[in-house]
Amino acid sequence: MIYLDNAGTTRLDDQVLDKMMPYLKEEYGNASSLHTMGQRAKEVLDDARERVARCINAKAKEIYFTSGGSESDNQAIISACRLGERKGKKHIITSKIEHHAVLHTLEKLEKQGFAVTYLDVYEDGIVKVEDLKKAIREDTCLVTIMFANNEIGTIQPITEIGKVCREKGVLFHTDAVQAVGHILVDVEKMNIDLLSMAAHKFHGPKGVGALYAKSNVLLSNLIEGGAQERGKRGGTENVAGAVGLAVALENAVADIDKVAQHEIALRDKLIKALLQIPHSALNGDKENRLPNNVNICFEGIEGESLLLLLDDAGICASSGSACTSGSLDPSHVLLAIGRPHEVAHGSLRLTLSKHTTEEEINKTIEIIPGVVELLRKMSPVWDQLQKGARKHVI
Amino acid sequence: MLYSKEVMDHFRNPRNVGEIENADGIGEVGNAKCGDIMRMYIKVENNIITDCKFMTFGCGSAIATSSMATELIKGKPVEEAVKITNKAVVDALGGLPAHKLHCSVLAEEAVKAAVKDYYDKNGIAYDQEKYKQGTWGHDHN
Ligand SMILES: Cc1ncc(COP(=O)(O)O)c(C=O)c1O
Ligand SMILES: [Zn+2]
Repeated sequence: MIYLDNAGTTRLDDQVLDKMMPYLKEEYGNASSLHTMGQRAKEVLDDARERVARCINAKAKEIYFTSGGSESDNQAIISACRLGERKGKKHIITSKIEHHAVLHTLEKLEKQGFAVTYLDVYEDGIVKVEDLKKAIREDTCLVTIMFANNEIGTIQPITEIGKVCREKGVLFHTDAVQAVGHILVDVEKMNIDLLSMAAHKFHGPKGVGALYAKSNVLLSNLIEGGAQERGKRGGTENVAGAVGLAVALENAVADIDKVAQHEIALRDKLIKALLQIPHSALNGDKENRLPNNVNICFEGIEGESLLLLLDDAGICASSGSACTSGSLDPSHVLLAIGRPHEVAHGSLRLTLSKHTTEEEINKTIEIIPGVVELLRKMSPVWDQLQKGARKHVI
Repeated sequence: MLYSKEVMDHFRNPRNVGEIENADGIGEVGNAKCGDIMRMYIKVENNIITDCKFMTFGCGSAIATSSMATELIKGKPVEEAVKITNKAVVDALGGLPAHKLHCSVLAEEAVKAAVKDYYDKNGIAYDQEKYKQGTWGHDHN
């Protein structure tokens, strides 16, 4: 099996699991308990917090453990809006290509009277800092723009965005779920006030993540309960998960350049080969792109059937077609970069990891053209394109 | 698994894929915007559908239902073929996941559209109401 869905989730490292195991087995104390076993768990948790903080140049008290990326996004955005609301500021700026954890939270806030500006990302999938500057208003309380996109891998100009937000005194949240552990993140240098991450995107465990909130940003609770996470998130701490997050992140950061080099070489080889297929196009900027992301549209075919055939051939991939999302519309990200609906349905996302081998990429390059051809042969859309009854758009 | 064995069989080995030259009726339904297009060709002799082929742009369930629909109507009298429901197609496939049912509607519509085309081409009278575009329960705007 060739696993090319690492933006979906990654394989847990054996070494990370080893470090987690004691806290699932013999060291099972509750970090809020007063006894020795509980206090040992608390020390381990605090140590994990310290280590996560160091990886993004934050302070330990600025790290809150959560259940993952979605929860961190929800809490960051809602907290910033509650703070804004108190000062009568009810305007938020975001991009058109955010993850649903962000977009759906914003939709909820719109129903509560917040106004949201959705910045364009143009054909390259990148927001323009000039647009952001123009969009900021007196009553803007939050800018939330993702660090790197989960579908097309484009990396946003986070340092510039952070600078603008700091100058204007507007809180800046970034959903860095796809970036952390893959590209270097420095919350100080980048002027980030709030940041979301999830362990399972860099070979850590699922169901654990962190929210970084700069020390002067007061969080609102999503989960009421005990005094865990300094009162900002009730619930018995996931000690093993926090350890897994810390270890996975340290490993990822230590090897970040080496892994990026490995992935970029394979990524570019794959992109080059797939673009040889007629009427295919790369989605998202070629340069400002995650080292592991390939996303290509093939005209005349539909993504889900492509995925099923690739699965039969032993390749795990992903697509932005409507039928894979369970809705009638294809990916909002592909539509935002200007792909027409019919082309957006035919997208294929292949995301690599440190484990991906050249042999696997060669095999993938061998398999995909045949599968695309097979589907095109039975496609009335492709037939129309061939006969000139429909115009090629890519 | 998302799909049953039967669905995957029809998806992997679709029956009756392709074009019929000089078809007696051709129906095309759906649109590329919503991600599913189905084109159905029928050959009619003595009021019997003697051959039927399809081309589909769509997901696994769209391809599998097209394939099953062609199997179900082949050899049937036209009036009978046109009564085929998407439920019958889905049942013959051993069911589809709930969120995939909308993709199967096209099969029923494609058969109707092909038969309508056959009637039109041969000047055969039919109930216009029953074949009106847009009454086929598949709204994709
Ligand atoms: C950009 C982005 N944000 C948020 C999430 C949600 O993370 P999680 O699944 O850990 O809640 C994901 C993962 O799918 C993501 O890619
Ligand atoms: Zn479908």
